[in-house]
Amino acid sequence: MNTVDQRGFQVGSDARVLEANTPSSAYIDIPASQALRLDCDQLLGPYRIAYETYGELNAAKSNAILVTHALTGDQYAASKNPVTGKPGWWETLIGPGKPIDTDRFFVVCPNVLGGCMGSTGPASINPKTGKPWGLDFPVITIGDMVDAQVPLIDHLGIDQLFCVIGGSMGGMQVLEWAARHKERVFTAAPIATAAWHTSQNIAFHEVGRQAVMADPDWCQGRYFEAGREPRNGLAVARMAAHITYLSEEALQRKFGRNLQDLSAKSFSFNADFQVESYLRHQGSTFVDRFDANSYLYITRAIDYFDLAADHGDVLANAFKGTKTRFCVVSFTSDWLYPTRESREIVQALNAVAANVSFVEVESDKGHDAFLLDEPEFFATVTGFLNAAAAKRGLRPVQGSR
Amino acid sequence: MLAPNTQRQHRVDHLLIAEMVAQDSRVLDVGCGDGELLQLLADTKQVDGRGIEVSRERVNACVARGLSVIQGDADRDLDDYPDGAFDYAILSLTIQATRQPKPVLQHLLRIGRRAIVSFPNFGHWRVRGQLLVTGRMPVNEHLPDAWYVSPNAHLCTIKDFVDLCRVVDARVERAVAFNSWGQQLGTWIPLTVHNMLGEKAVFMLTRK
Repeated sequence: MNTVDQRGFQVGSDARVLEANTPSSAYIDIPASQALRLDCDQLLGPYRIAYETYGELNAAKSNAILVTHALTGDQYAASKNPVTGKPGWWETLIGPGKPIDTDRFFVVCPNVLGGCMGSTGPASINPKTGKPWGLDFPVITIGDMVDAQVPLIDHLGIDQLFCVIGGSMGGMQVLEWAARHKERVFTAAPIATAAWHTSQNIAFHEVGRQAVMADPDWCQGRYFEAGREPRNGLAVARMAAHITYLSEEALQRKFGRNLQDLSAKSFSFNADFQVESYLRHQGSTFVDRFDANSYLYITRAIDYFDLAADHGDVLANAFKGTKTRFCVVSFTSDWLYPTRESREIVQALNAVAANVSFVEVESDKGHDAFLLDEPEFFATVTGFLNAAAAKRGLRPVQGSR
Repeated sequence: MLAPNTQRQHRVDHLLIAEMVAQDSRVLDVGCGDGELLQLLADTKQVDGRGIEVSRERVNACVARGLSVIQGDADRDLDDYPDGAFDYAILSLTIQATRQPKPVLQHLLRIGRRAIVSFPNFGHWRVRGQLLVTGRMPVNEHLPDAWYVSPNAHLCTIKDFVDLCRVVDARVERAVAFNSWGQQLGTWIPLTVHNMLGEKAVFMLTRK
């Protein structure tokens, strides 16, 4: 069953704190001599990027796919998460014989800068003070996350990534890779994402951050030293955010107005409804695996994301001269990053006559559809990668493994 | 040359377009359907091909078979493309289904160094005959739908299309009409006869 719940808060939390500084996955330490110049103009270094890999890099190093994760994702895209014990978040897509076929491709998935699963972030120890960074950690951007991944790709000896693919905030990283490091990206697949974060989406993030910061256990971000944790605040933040990942239709179908283990209303503020109990569960399990300050930093990075603004307010300028092949995917019921926002990316790519495919997948599962079993989406990714692999001269897998 | 068995599987207008298009060129197929023409051009001329298609199911099928296709609409989405982005901008049996054929054709001529347009000829003798005899909108193999469900909004004859070419300052580089048996009509035949015997026409145009 759910080991995390049974282990209780203290143990789960410890496992998580451990992962933040000594990840179970592979990692590279980038020395201070290669400090990263952040968009806020501060220098960050040394820093660490934790990552997982799947499959094997070929001799020509031409079969590497970089998978970029979403807000609360991590490097465990296709392997067991050491904190939750659950399967990887994109095991639907990545694995032998799957659309991102690890018999054929070498998959790299790093934890983002600012994350809490081993890459440097607010939960990591600040080498200058010997204490967790907390709010001393600089405010980072999606572009910073991408630039922090470059030394990893260099370290693996990869000149050009065969593909950069990711959904949601992962899609934003894909767009930044394609904009900042054009020549290093052969194909790019931004999924269920946007080139800028809307006012409504910033508003949702702000609600989440305020919930965290209003929790007295947040302690101005110094909760580790205080031996406390803003569990309630972070759980509420997750509950609010989780609603935006679903759709009205999906919620209605799954829960309706059904009561949870009750035959009648309790006339109290207990979780009478199944949907309440579901959200509370989402909130509490999230707190066991995620750092509250990381949540503040990463949501901020997404809020700041506006690729057009960084390129003279013309999104097409971000892609000028690109030779990358793009595959943009949206989902019909995604109201967090609706299809029109993907279409904006497509329009910008058309304006520079880039090679672009665009598919809107019919699904009633909301934004989360990109993480779920969506055959039309899988067929798109498979077709796109196969065609690109042929262009790249990658041979199809032959025979059995 | 194309292998004879390939020829049997493909539409005659597609085969003609494949013959017109140069090797390794950049092609935009507007209204690319299930990607049959793009695939043919990729296989026989190794083109760098892109497609636009209005039907989501067809777009998804195209991308799943490895073609670069976006969901879009000839009337709305051609604005986005820069001038001269493609060697050929193709509109294959689609112009009659656009809301605004004139700006669509102007965009094709702007985006492509050449535009290739094919369309069903409403001046064909059978269409004229059906209208004359039955007094109703013609329904046949190339115009399969009743008027009230047909996507076709702007049907034209070969002569009408030649007029439009004049209006938008397009030079006709090549024009071919196919009869009901899929045979090309001889170029020596006068336009009026093409307009009578041609069931489908393919035009290759450039800006004047």
